[in-house]
Amino acid sequence: MNDFVLLGVLPYIAVVVFLLVTIQRYRMKGFSYSSLSSQFLENQHHFWGSVPFHYGILVVLLGHVIGFLMPTAILSWNAEPVRLLILEVTGIAFAILTLVGLVNIVLRRMTNRLARRVTTWSDLAVYALLLVQVISGIAIAVFEGWGSSWFATSLTPWLWSLIKLSPDVSYVAPLPGIVKVHIVNAFLLIGFFPFTRLVHVLVVPNPYLWRKTQVVIWNWDRSRLRKTT
Amino acid sequence: MVFHLDKCIGCHTCSIACKNVWTDREGTEYMWWNNVETKPGTGYPTKWENQEEYKGGWKKNGDKLELRSTSKKKIIPNIFHNPSMPSMDDYYEPWTYKYDELFNAPEGDDQPVARPVSMITGEPMDIEAGPNWDDDLGGSPVYAANDPNMDVLSEPERKQMLAIERMVMFYLPRICNHCLNPSCVASCPSGAMYKRGEDGIVLINQDRCRAWRSCVSACPYKKTYYNWSTGKSEKCILCFPRLESGQAPACFHSCVGRIRYLGNVLYDADQIEQAARSPDGELVEAHRKMVLDPNDPEVIAAARASGIPDGVIESAQKSPVFRFVKDWKLALPLHVEYRTFPMLFYVPPLLPVMSQTEGDVVRSDVDDLFADIEKTRAPIAYLGKLFAAGNDGKVRYALRKQLAVRIWRRHVTVGDIDEETAKRALVEAECTPEEADAIFKLTSLATFDDRFVIPPFQREMAMEMITDPHEHRSSAGFGFREAPTRS
Ligand code: SF4
Ligand code: SF4
Repeated sequence: MNDFVLLGVLPYIAVVVFLLVTIQRYRMKGFSYSSLSSQFLENQHHFWGSVPFHYGILVVLLGHVIGFLMPTAILSWNAEPVRLLILEVTGIAFAILTLVGLVNIVLRRMTNRLARRVTTWSDLAVYALLLVQVISGIAIAVFEGWGSSWFATSLTPWLWSLIKLSPDVSYVAPLPGIVKVHIVNAFLLIGFFPFTRLVHVLVVPNPYLWRKTQVVIWNWDRSRLRKTT
Repeated sequence: MVFHLDKCIGCHTCSIACKNVWTDREGTEYMWWNNVETKPGTGYPTKWENQEEYKGGWKKNGDKLELRSTSKKKIIPNIFHNPSMPSMDDYYEPWTYKYDELFNAPEGDDQPVARPVSMITGEPMDIEAGPNWDDDLGGSPVYAANDPNMDVLSEPERKQMLAIERMVMFYLPRICNHCLNPSCVASCPSGAMYKRGEDGIVLINQDRCRAWRSCVSACPYKKTYYNWSTGKSEKCILCFPRLESGQAPACFHSCVGRIRYLGNVLYDADQIEQAARSPDGELVEAHRKMVLDPNDPEVIAAARASGIPDGVIESAQKSPVFRFVKDWKLALPLHVEYRTFPMLFYVPPLLPVMSQTEGDVVRSDVDDLFADIEKTRAPIAYLGKLFAAGNDGKVRYALRKQLAVRIWRRHVTVGDIDEETAKRALVEAECTPEEADAIFKLTSLATFDDRFVIPPFQREMAMEMITDPHEHRSSAGFGFREAPTRS
């Protein structure tokens, strides 16, 4: 029963909250979509937090997405123990990079008086959730050697069952507690996401790479204006 | 925009006017959209002109123009931590005083004092720097001596400039230049920054800014600022709400020295890219060439064809900026070598006219009232670095003409200079008596309407372009956006 609530209901709540609130927040309070950078207030420690954290988490997330989209590829890769080892070690390396960044971020926020000034409750909640997430992830990688294969064989079908609206928690119910912590916390993160500054992830500036260099905006439609005068 | 530096008295009224109107909010306390710095000096933020450190503006890479900081290529690795971002230490930590302690302190043996407290954290703090720490050459062994523009001077020249008997200084009021080729706009990953087509004002859409902070490092003049509270960048908006209702911007309006001139110019935007690739020494000329003569029938026809309303063309014809920049060639852009083509031009300072250097000593008791410009106190090379990307000839031309105007007016009003001498000075400066009188009039006697020629913004018509004025005719009152449907 507990498993069903946590693994069969919570994900839906989290995703619905995520979708509704991000969209509504964008429409009603677009102004609040910002990464709220504090680099301006503290410029040195920031580097050792922000950079490792972001690179680490991007690679780790990418790994999860690949596991979800191409489970068979992961399984056949893992067929050789050496290759499994390579995958796990890479994963752990980037996870540790993430953790180092995160710890630095939290330390900086606690020790620098200016950074502390702009740290809100929602930031603290994000840090707490992220710490649980990253630490549990590393624990799985270290203590449960077959993590990536499990992802492919158990999590992927379970996620698909969620997507198909017929949640089947039997895929994940037997997994060790630490994996469940990782999963449940992930959905908590998704649910809290739209209330925090994490929304900056959704507005990463990709059009910059192909837009024209300069931006000029006219209020007048010049040709029509001519006719009206 | 033109600022006439000879007229600036360094009173900071402009800065205060701006601060009171726009930057008196949490997160903006440290911002001075208008600031007045003493030159030589390190300015605000400290050493902003040192682009080796701040990486502002454009640089020429072969025949290509590249942003020195976060270009498209560099944004990907640098988005998580901007390596050339100034931090609050480069500006200053804003503070206030606990004034209430002066009144509420319990009775005691000591005089109560108002302690300084940080405007960021509210905690007591030691004041270490402010936005004008080197005002009037205060602390010049540290500040003036570190002015990045002094690089062009030889060691003896530097020493002389700072020697107490030769001390030279002038004020440099700065606002956003609303550049033609703004590196801030080009660097904004969100596309939140833009230049308004009608009036060229450079703005940041606050709803779209996501705090990537690229503009802060990309602007070589350090005129976009990061609001640490809202997580959005902000900058001078040239008081567009005032302009749209026909008023001059607050700093222009309040300027005590009446040094500020505002007017629109017609320019050829197609030339920008080519011009920005000119060699350093030709930048001033390339910039000037883009400004078109609004009295030229061809220019008028072309402007009409591209939909510029007649009112805007008419005000361009009356624009004091056109006269100073193009007609008279007196006003020069600040640090045009950053290749953003700033649209704020400065008339370089000539003062003090009456002193002359003899060896290391400055004398004010010479008979010749009008010293040779080569002997003015501020070395031409220094001014050339500031206002002409090292092309000292441009500065020399402007100074010589200003001096000729003075000689001519001295002849006209006092009469102790004979006509022949005065006319010779004019000819040498490529000036005519009529032009000299016009320069004199616009410099010294200009009224409000001469100084600020604000084109009609035609908001009523602009509105029609955005929304149909009939749209709300049959809608219910109280701001409902939907028309009632009953049929
Ligand atoms: S001076 Fe103004 S327009 Fe020019 S680059 Fe800086 S912020 Fe942009
Ligand atoms: S108000 Fe005018 S005269 Fe006074 S400091 Fe500002 S620009 Fe100079």
